Amino acid sequence: MKFGIVVFPGSNCDYDCYHVLSQVLGVETVFIWYGDRNLKDCDCIVLPGGFSYGDYLRAGAIARFSPVMEKVKEFAENGGLVIGICNGFQVLTEAGILPGALLPNRDGRFICRHVYLRVENNQTPFTLLFTPGEVVKIPIAHQQGNFFIDPLCQEEAKKQVVFRYCSSEGEVGSRYNPNGSWENAAGIISREGNVLGMMPHPERAAEAILGSADGRRVFLSVIKWWEEKKWK
Amino acid sequence: MEVTNGANIAKELGLREEEYERILTILGRVPTPTEIAMFSVEWSEHCGYPHSRKWLELLPREGEFSPLLGEDAGGIVYDGLAIVFKMESHNHPSQIEPKQGAATGIGGIIRDILGSGARPIACLDSLHFGPLEDQRSLYVYRGVVEGIAFYGNCVGVPTVAGELYFYPAFRGNCLVNVMCLGIAPRENLTQAKAQGEGNYIVYVGNKTGRDGIGGCSILASQEFGVKEEKRPSVQIGDPFAEKCLIEATLEALNTGYVVGVKDMGAAGLTCSTSEMAASGESGVEINLDLVPLREEEMEPWEIMMSESQERMLLCVRRGYEEDIIQIFRKWGLEGEIIGEVKDTGRVTIKYQGEVVADIPALELTKPPVYTPPREKPLYLDEVNNFSLESIPLPSDYEEILWRMVSSENLSSRRPVFEQYDHMVGINTVLLPGLGTVVLRVKGKKWGIAVTTDCNPLYCYLSPREGAKMAVAEAARNLSACGAKPAGVTDCLNFGNPEKPDRYWQFVEAIEGLSEACRFFGIPVVSGNVSFYNENPQGTIFPTPTIGMVGIIEDVEKVVSAGFREDDLIVVLLGETKEELGGSEYLRVIHHREEGPPPQVDLQREKNLQELLITLVREGVVSSAIDLSEGGLILALVESSVIKENPRGAIVDLECLGDMREDVLLFGESGGRALVSLRGESLSSLHRLSGELGVPYQVIGKTGGEKLIIKKGEKLLVSLPVEELKNCWERGLGE
Repeated sequence: MKFGIVVFPGSNCDYDCYHVLSQVLGVETVFIWYGDRNLKDCDCIVLPGGFSYGDYLRAGAIARFSPVMEKVKEFAENGGLVIGICNGFQVLTEAGILPGALLPNRDGRFICRHVYLRVENNQTPFTLLFTPGEVVKIPIAHQQGNFFIDPLCQEEAKKQVVFRYCSSEGEVGSRYNPNGSWENAAGIISREGNVLGMMPHPERAAEAILGSADGRRVFLSVIKWWEEKKWK
Repeated sequence: MEVTNGANIAKELGLREEEYERILTILGRVPTPTEIAMFSVEWSEHCGYPHSRKWLELLPREGEFSPLLGEDAGGIVYDGLAIVFKMESHNHPSQIEPKQGAATGIGGIIRDILGSGARPIACLDSLHFGPLEDQRSLYVYRGVVEGIAFYGNCVGVPTVAGELYFYPAFRGNCLVNVMCLGIAPRENLTQAKAQGEGNYIVYVGNKTGRDGIGGCSILASQEFGVKEEKRPSVQIGDPFAEKCLIEATLEALNTGYVVGVKDMGAAGLTCSTSEMAASGESGVEINLDLVPLREEEMEPWEIMMSESQERMLLCVRRGYEEDIIQIFRKWGLEGEIIGEVKDTGRVTIKYQGEVVADIPALELTKPPVYTPPREKPLYLDEVNNFSLESIPLPSDYEEILWRMVSSENLSSRRPVFEQYDHMVGINTVLLPGLGTVVLRVKGKKWGIAVTTDCNPLYCYLSPREGAKMAVAEAARNLSACGAKPAGVTDCLNFGNPEKPDRYWQFVEAIEGLSEACRFFGIPVVSGNVSFYNENPQGTIFPTPTIGMVGIIEDVEKVVSAGFREDDLIVVLLGETKEELGGSEYLRVIHHREEGPPPQVDLQREKNLQELLITLVREGVVSSAIDLSEGGLILALVESSVIKENPRGAIVDLECLGDMREDVLLFGESGGRALVSLRGESLSSLHRLSGELGVPYQVIGKTGGEKLIIKKGEKLLVSLPVEELKNCWERGLGE
């Protein structure tokens, strides 16, 4: 299986994702330049964190017009696996590939810290190695991570929440919500189940020496899912 | 070349009369306005170091680790890797326009590291402001933090550590000292030189505008006047362009076609062209018509002086210029040939077909040296008169502790560092919290520890002892997590050097700094001097900020502060002396900024460093933290509350000798650290501390939900750690 990491100008977690995928997990990984219209036969596309185009207009607002995004959209519509992390999640909502929007954090400031997440759904290609309700520790680092969704779509969207911010014991409540997200949502999956957007950075929690290796299982889940699909 | 009234222009741009005379001699004619502008910035305090250069020679350049001394940044070599680092000030711009001032400070220091050919992997900031009750100080503080977050987060280099202090002396002149650290294989380092006749000079990055004209000469090399408008001299930062510039520059260097590279920071094109020519022992000819401009009709001297950000100058091998330019264009940046290398030894600037400047490069980069008279300041005798007897012994230590723990200088810096992305790059092994962080180096067993340090109050009370203490404390910080101090960068912040008392402070501090670094065997590999930090209300506390980098042999073994389990033995290493001068206790509780500050015993410090490094290496200790501001009590509180789940301890001070309780609790004697360890490790500690000549005392045991401190039968403090944690973490506001 092959991962492709999209590099927008201003992406800054591209190398981190590359390190985890290719060095830590030993899976084939390539970079995909934002100006190219070729996904290089990758099986899973990662839109990494960072500040594409400096986030100057609004996070992700310009990146979604880049040539590579036409192909990513097509790929996702055909069932391809896509993970958007932080800025990548913002790009996915801006592009309409995932629902909702990521507003500025409740208190307006950038927040970088380890947070706890409760896994709400392990029936996805990205979470099958977690147990339902499991609490994992993965850091966030963003200024616009306050997930918002149109009230008319909320009923449907509730089923799409994959990770929720919570306490170390798994309690979900507003005091454990770092940015004001609707439903404490930290990660959302597409209705078809092949596109994941999450504000926390699993690549920053993929090695024990960095304080947590919980995030590694997001990528391992994808690899396992892919292997099993291949044999089916 | 038409010239009208050169002497007047020179004066306006901050040149002295005798400097103008020297320019006349060098050129053998009257200079053009562009030439005057170029001399004024190159010879300014900020670029040319005329008042400090002579004294900087005192600093040791050699040490145990092989040093790397470069034009813009220096470093050390370890295991084939160059670790390059430098600290620089951006005080005046930040005082005037906090957000952009701080932001462009970050941008500048990152490009300094980039210019050496290394990938920037961490930034640190040492910040000093007036007290937060002062509206202007609050505004400056908030703006600076916002600027660091705005620029640092976007540019993708983690902001991992630093310091933050508030003293009235910084009310009218804040300090923003920024440090950047980068790594590269030793052989990949590049020099800031232009060499090889016919090679091209290529301009890359953002366009040139009118921002920041005179930033280094007018803004950074004069004190603030009563009423002036200097805002136009502050530059505007574009972190997105900087991020692209980092990637493009490293990609360009990788081609092997780049002969030399230099950041266009202070003094912009003037500095980069002349210094690259001088260090390449060559000349350059530049055509200003080819410089990408943001505004029309810029005058040649404006183009030469502009400090527009996110620009670099490259010297590229002839025949490969297109390859290099294409890389920058791919990243959406400018890339233009603006001139070429000549073996004239001169910097020749052309504009619209005319020569507007033609100066010998070596002369331009050899500013005058000044050593004006210096005199011991009058205030020193007055403020060093403190006697212990004048302080009443407190009756309620708990009340004092609440105030100390929540005070501006001692409380947790979490509300600030959480606004910075301190994890990007996934190297931050020991996260920020108490000043020192540890970075891993992917693929290596060893790691890098880095910290910044300086207590300005100590330096105010005794510049020499204060500077020594800054070095000692930085080294203690690093050793406490197991790292061996390897190299220093300094950022020396002082008042107007033309005033004898300020200049005395500077020379005293640099001698102290030099003595301590020499004693510890740590080279000073790079640095920066910032003078004229004063306004009509007075001058700042002298602040020689130290940035120190250390090597930890096995990054997996790194030890942090924080009690990790119950029933650990709590041990105080080192000796407590009857000192309270310069302490935060005296300042916060008794409102006295008086000394003498703690005296530094370099040998004891060195012994302690070796002991700490050995204890970590041999796995003897479970936690370690050095003692500094706030003394023993702060080290105990921090050890109790720094972890996610706080943990109490019971401590008895009786064994520390018959001293006043407030001295034992709050005194800031150097050469001390607090460690916790399991009972079975005590014999190892006993043996090692004996071998290394460091006295130690077992003072308590971890466990419980309270921090309890006694002296014999007398209970001094008994407080729930959960509440202490809340109080400590909220001291700076939410």
